[in-house]
Amino acid sequence: MSLDLTKEKGVAIDAQEDFTWRDMVREPISKLNDDAFTRLRIILMNGIEMEANRFQHAFARMNDPMRAELAKVRRIETHQQVLVNWLLPADQSPLETTIAYEQVAIEVTASLALLEPDPYIAQVLRFGLLEDFDHLYRYSALMDRLEGKDANAILQSYTDVLPGRPTVVEHRYPTDDLREHYDRTTAAPITKLVSLTIMSGEQQTQNYYQNIGPLFADPVARLLYAEIAHIEEQHVTQYEAIIDPNETWMEKWLLHECTEVWNYLACMEQESNARLKAIWERMVAYELGHLNHVMDLFRRVENRDPFEIIPTSLPERIKYMSHRDYVRQVLKNEVHLRSVGTQFVPVNQVPPDSPSIAYNRQINSDGSPSQTVAAGYVYTPGSELVKKAA
Amino acid sequence: MKEPTDIGMNRTGIGTSPIDSKELIEAAEGTVPSSEGDESGIASLRMSYASESGIVGTMPPPSSVKGAVKSVLEGLAAKNPAVFLDKLAERLQFERTGTRMYESVLAKLDALGSYDGGPTRETLQEFHDEELEHFHVLRSALESMGADPTALTPSADIAAVEASGLIQVLNDPRTTLPQTLHALLVAELTDSEGWDMLIELATSLGHEAMADDFRDAMRAEEKHLAHVRQWVANHAMQDAEGRLGQAA
Ligand SMILES: [Fe+2]
Ligand SMILES: [Fe+2]
Ligand SMILES: [Fe+2]
Ligand SMILES: [Fe+2]
Ligand SMILES: [Fe+2]
Ligand SMILES: [Fe+2]
Repeated sequence: MSLDLTKEKGVAIDAQEDFTWRDMVREPISKLNDDAFTRLRIILMNGIEMEANRFQHAFARMNDPMRAELAKVRRIETHQQVLVNWLLPADQSPLETTIAYEQVAIEVTASLALLEPDPYIAQVLRFGLLEDFDHLYRYSALMDRLEGKDANAILQSYTDVLPGRPTVVEHRYPTDDLREHYDRTTAAPITKLVSLTIMSGEQQTQNYYQNIGPLFADPVARLLYAEIAHIEEQHVTQYEAIIDPNETWMEKWLLHECTEVWNYLACMEQESNARLKAIWERMVAYELGHLNHVMDLFRRVENRDPFEIIPTSLPERIKYMSHRDYVRQVLKNEVHLRSVGTQFVPVNQVPPDSPSIAYNRQINSDGSPSQTVAAGYVYTPGSELVKKAA
Repeated sequence: MKEPTDIGMNRTGIGTSPIDSKELIEAAEGTVPSSEGDESGIASLRMSYASESGIVGTMPPPSSVKGAVKSVLEGLAAKNPAVFLDKLAERLQFERTGTRMYESVLAKLDALGSYDGGPTRETLQEFHDEELEHFHVLRSALESMGADPTALTPSADIAAVEASGLIQVLNDPRTTLPQTLHALLVAELTDSEGWDMLIELATSLGHEAMADDFRDAMRAEEKHLAHVRQWVANHAMQDAEGRLGQAA
């Protein structure tokens, strides 16, 4: 399906004030019967809506004339977020949802890295991918060892449960998480959509871990969430850094709406649950409405053609599928990479005075939760207890 | 060390602040609710969602070993043999979690020690090993029927939600050994009931060998329950009589 953004108007924003509480709070998906990618789409789109909301708040705080327009659109984003995020079922525990968040961070990042034409930005994505890949392994160990549960009930065998770049070495000095940014005037449109998507997903992951960490009684779980939330902060720093900070606020707003259309369209095209497919379809129409509204504002405020910023038709979409072979290949080739400032080097080429070395030593100096939780852990279907004789 | 039953500065009761609470109560008494009615509105919302919602999930299809399952299931002479598989999977999930629960209690005992009439490390370890053994028994039972023992069935899923509060109590570094034993008591009560039903189902479906294995497990579970119940009671009695303090 190719959408012509010069023609598609979607639903006008005034007509999007049709939400009721019961419309937003619907029957959730089935943790047991729905496809894992349905869950992944919900989680990613919650992150996209969260970013739409937070971005529009920041915009309003710094731009008096736009406050009313932002307030109107932002309210709709909020309702969309409720409709989407409330599709997660309550029998899916916070730890199970965490497993799914990391699966998003693996499968969606892999798809984005494959779509990304800029080799440096693709490299940045693969660098983050190997770290989230390790998080999945650590959380799976926690789930087995704390609750006696098999993470694969959530993963549905689409994703490997293996160590990646060990979480213990991921803790870097803040400036080693900065990256070069794309150039707003020359970057391909898809680069901008990819960057905003991954930044939104990682930001929501950080939000989620920061919020749910203290819900656990177990000190090991509290420590592990603290540790991995810290990496997610690093990931947000990294992915925020690849976005050109010289874009105007209005450019950024256009790109946000375009990213929402692009992502909802991917959901709609690939959804296996008919009930959700209808929701994604409605959201595509709403986001097209936002996009058209913001295009009009852009023409008025910046006196420019919005298609200088966004493409006239949407580029290739995220693929919701297992990227097992690709991830294994990246793991094999790039697990030894470390960052020095904005560049990636093999671990043996990190200069001895790298601030990340001292930083890492300090933060891990009274133990590493991620190492403790997965000590000797090998994923086994049905729990590692299967291999233990009574 | 401070005991939870020591007198301290608990602020939660309304009696803690006689002056403020008087204001609070007087103001509340003058309330005019913004809508009429009572809790029945909540009930009707719940009824409405319940009647419109589907279920948490269903049993998996008999996957790779289709033929084997089919024949075993037919041999079971039950209208819906999936019920037995669902209940076996529920018990399996619970025993696996139960093994982890005993690991948590063992850590608690190692940290805080026991008390007179409380558990010994050896007994807790024995119960731990029996939970693990029961997990293996159930895995074999499911496998022998051609079912996938890793499948999270609807009853297994719900049982995990039920157990989640217990896991919180067991792993909170601030809970005492008797407090964790109380959580364990809830688990063991459920466990005994669960095995009881499995034996009944296995017997009525003509799975005599399986029912025998389950009776062995049941005997162990009855022992667990009796001990945990006694440990909890012993502590409460000693605490009430002011005889606590000497570690076993
Ligand atoms: Fe939105
Ligand atoms: Fe992660
Ligand atoms: Fe991440
Ligand atoms: Fe939007
Ligand atoms: Fe048991
Ligand atoms: Fe037991």
